Amino acid sequence: MAGDYPEGLLYHPEHDWARIDGDTATFGVTWYAQDSLGEVVFFDPPPVGTQVRQGDSYAEVESVKAVSDVIAPLSGEIVEVNEALGDAPEQINNDPYGTGWMVKVRLSDPSERDALLDADGYTAQLD
Amino acid sequence: MTPPSAPTTPASSAIAAADDTLTIYERSQPGRRAFVAPALDVPERPLDELLPARFRRTTPAQLPEISEPELVRHYHRLSKRNFDLDTGFYPLGSCTMKHNPKLHERVAALPGNARLHPLQDERRAQGALELMWNLQEALGEIAGLPHVSLQPSAGSHGELAGVLLTRAYHEDRGEQRTKVLTPDTAHGTNPATVTMAGYEVVKVGTNADGGVDVEDLRAKADEQVACLMLTNPSTLGLFDPNIAEIAEIVHGVGATLYYDGANLNAIMGITRPGDMGFDIVHFNLHKSFTQPHGGGGPGAGPIAVSERIEPYLPRPQVVRREDDDGFAFHLDEERPKSIGKLRGFQGNYGVFVRSYAYIRSLGAEGLREVSEVAVLNANYLLALLKRAGVAEYLPVAYDRVCMHEFVLSGAPMKRELGIRTLDLAKRLLDFGVHPPTVYFPLLVDEALLIEPTETETKETLERFAEIVAEILREAANDPELARNAPYSTPVRRLDEARAAKQPVIRQPL
Amino acid sequence: MTTYTSATDADRRAMLDASGVSSIEQLFADIPAALRLGRPLALPAGMAEQEVYEHLKELAARNVSAEDEISFLGAGMYDHYVPSLIDTLLSRSEFLTPYTPYQPEISQGGLQVMFEYQTAISELTGLPVSNASVYEGPSAVGAAAYLAKIANGKPRVLASRGVHPHSRETVATLARGYGQTLEEVPLRDGATDLDALSAALGDDVSAVILQQPNFLGTVEDVTALTEAAKRVGAVVICACDPIPLGVLEPPGAQGVDIAVGEGQTLGNRLDFGGPSFGFFAAAQEHLRRMPGRIAGETVDVDGKRGFVLTLQTREQHIRREKATSNICTAQALNALAGVVYLGWLGRQGLVELGELLLQRTHYARETLCAIEGVEPLHEQPVVREFALRLPGADVEAVVERLAAEGINAGYRLGRSYPEYADGLLVAITERRTRAQIDRFADALGNALAAERGAAPAEALA
Repeated sequence: MAGDYPEGLLYHPEHDWARIDGDTATFGVTWYAQDSLGEVVFFDPPPVGTQVRQGDSYAEVESVKAVSDVIAPLSGEIVEVNEALGDAPEQINNDPYGTGWMVKVRLSDPSERDALLDADGYTAQLD
Repeated sequence: MTPPSAPTTPASSAIAAADDTLTIYERSQPGRRAFVAPALDVPERPLDELLPARFRRTTPAQLPEISEPELVRHYHRLSKRNFDLDTGFYPLGSCTMKHNPKLHERVAALPGNARLHPLQDERRAQGALELMWNLQEALGEIAGLPHVSLQPSAGSHGELAGVLLTRAYHEDRGEQRTKVLTPDTAHGTNPATVTMAGYEVVKVGTNADGGVDVEDLRAKADEQVACLMLTNPSTLGLFDPNIAEIAEIVHGVGATLYYDGANLNAIMGITRPGDMGFDIVHFNLHKSFTQPHGGGGPGAGPIAVSERIEPYLPRPQVVRREDDDGFAFHLDEERPKSIGKLRGFQGNYGVFVRSYAYIRSLGAEGLREVSEVAVLNANYLLALLKRAGVAEYLPVAYDRVCMHEFVLSGAPMKRELGIRTLDLAKRLLDFGVHPPTVYFPLLVDEALLIEPTETETKETLERFAEIVAEILREAANDPELARNAPYSTPVRRLDEARAAKQPVIRQPL
Repeated sequence: MTTYTSATDADRRAMLDASGVSSIEQLFADIPAALRLGRPLALPAGMAEQEVYEHLKELAARNVSAEDEISFLGAGMYDHYVPSLIDTLLSRSEFLTPYTPYQPEISQGGLQVMFEYQTAISELTGLPVSNASVYEGPSAVGAAAYLAKIANGKPRVLASRGVHPHSRETVATLARGYGQTLEEVPLRDGATDLDALSAALGDDVSAVILQQPNFLGTVEDVTALTEAAKRVGAVVICACDPIPLGVLEPPGAQGVDIAVGEGQTLGNRLDFGGPSFGFFAAAQEHLRRMPGRIAGETVDVDGKRGFVLTLQTREQHIRREKATSNICTAQALNALAGVVYLGWLGRQGLVELGELLLQRTHYARETLCAIEGVEPLHEQPVVREFALRLPGADVEAVVERLAAEGINAGYRLGRSYPEYADGLLVAITERRTRAQIDRFADALGNALAAERGAAPAEALA
């Protein structure tokens, strides 16, 4: 699974992805992010209803030895959070694009997607 | 040189191992005891009369029930599961693990020191106050700054004092500044302290030589900046020759210059932070001044400040002033501009006794020799580690003469041999030495920060270099060995992720 | 002079050679000439060990310690008996000389001690989470106020005037940095005035700080005070004297959020004020905001039980500017003394000690208040310390007279409470026998009479 960056997702250079589905999107962190962090031990999402802004941090993810900001790839309002990560934060490592999803957001400005990278663009700027 | 091999585990040693980790609560048995209460020698009153029932504790605290012999044996055996400085080499960079002189325990235990109440009348504590005064004077001379407060209890406490003093200084001049600058190589206590003192942290870059990026500093130093926090030598073990220019830039915008004294061991008697232009300096008495680390304290973090900062020092201050009855030393609480207090009473006096004994033992010449030999030992160890077989895997991060410590990078080792700095550290445990500081400073990839100190012999340094070379030879042969180390320690690698995910921080009872 | 280095001339030559320089001077070449001190430090010459010892002994001889007088002085630190096994255990190199346990495999001793200590503090306070120590009492109160600030960001902190003056001043000093204001809640009859507290409370109050027993020795009604504070959602912080917790209802059972306190009485010496340790315990919801080190249980690769520093992402070395505090070095050795002491007292012993203190303190208050010229400052329940008034007397002169007889009469309240200028705070420990209390009473009676005799114009019945 090393260096896995699925097509069909959009990427923010600070190691976050978005899967757009109509006027909502799902966010998470990339394989690179979880690999750098090591085993995730704690993730506490902000409450439903929180406003997030493209490029701003909306939460923190912790491993044993590090804390990282989680950056919103797009702006909007949080409509759902992944409660399962409370008991099983390691899903962020095991399946960062699937069961490791973090929040779902109703987008306020879908045109912001133009500022994001595709899989190739993201991997190119990783080095 | 063969380290002990991984032990096999027959049933008998499994039983021993299980007993080794019993907690004091698991050894407890109802009815056992150590304490004997003195007999009641006053007329006994019903407890209800003395303390209304609604205030009385109904469920006793579940403390252990255990005899003295068991208590002694339990903690004695626990002690044997600790590596310590008296036992072996401890080159922890940034911690200055030098020998703890044994005289110091004897003088700290003198009843005149150990059983002296902090609120004792000054006239009946002149010995203690004179000791504190003398220590203040000595630290002021070493720092090159005239006014000293012994109150802060640790280095980071001293840092907090320094930033709060800076705030008081600016506010007294009618200024409201918002930012404090710290280099990106700073110890974590620096930015943490800045936040606690209500300022915003702004990072200043490091140049290719390992010093402050002066142009970056110039760009960021404005009238919103309250202070620049620096240590010189830096956490990379390098003396920043631009310090005079740095001081000029910082003072030029009216900010204060703060010195983190963690690296004082390199410069005592040779140069002084006050002469470099620093306004506020903190000392770590548990580093250069031999207070034993105690497994994580106690320490002390006294500060020395320039004339302009003096009015804001915490209270009380120990002052010398002959009064009419001939008592010279006093605790001065009348300090109208003082920032106030950072703790109770006057500070960790027991630590002052030890540090004072050290300074009187060594004297001016001895302290200078400390720094000379600390720097010599570090350079010698660096030279040993620059040899073939080591240098290509653990190159020094900045190829310059170092001060009392230096940083190696384990990045090539990781690439070529497949073991990380962490693995090297764990394998060192099997060889009976404490690893250096790992993954600090953050600026260096796979960092290994090594500080031998002046109390180690040449042979110890040579042996350490040999051990490192051996571990690298092992790794070239079989990287798994280091990756699964240690083998010979009381426990092997521990599941830290589990401890963080499901914190169990007390015994369920 | 004494030196602890071993570099002989031969060693130095060899090391300089290997380093590629010809003199030690060259190792300092990076230091600009203008910054070189260029002269010896202006410090006395070094001395041999025996000379240093004599000097330190001479200084110590000029202090009057609890070894030299019968001391009733308390006000935050107390002359309890420290059992010998603590000296023995604390002098073990394996506890005395290592650093903070960053390599857990070789620090299981220290880490298990922290775990056992955290358990003991949790039991003592009735709160589920404890850290591995902070510096001492007043700064622990300051750290608790900072936690409240991180938790709710509100601007006001209320503290009872019964909280130790050093604690109140420490909170005020820190709060000026991170932007909160400290207001005082007055006392009435020696206890925190509940009506005044209720009047001062609002939903802009971040924390309420209480002390149990308070500075005047009073057992406060923490439950009632806490209920008032919780109604506006303030964090309740209680600074507790640990030994009375053998007989007093613990803060965890009274709704308190954070219990802190001075640990000196748990196996540590007076040491003219330090080092000792501060304890810090909290309700579960505050776990991730706790300052300081925390040890946690886990297993190693072979499944063996072990302990590690955990939740380190709270701390300065990882979270840096967003850390819950800046603590690095704390008071591990003193906390070891604390947990050994609590094991030595044991479940029953802590209760027995508390009951003994209750009895002797009551006896002392009754006996002293029977003296002409002595009144209780308040009549609230007390456990180990109480406040008296000496109306019309020059308290300082009285205290001096007793000092001349080898008795430390206690703390002159006028030193920090101007409204109690004729007040005296008297502390009792298990070392203060009935005979000593009786002797104190005699001497106090004589001293007051002598003062009245010396100044007849001020004599009062």
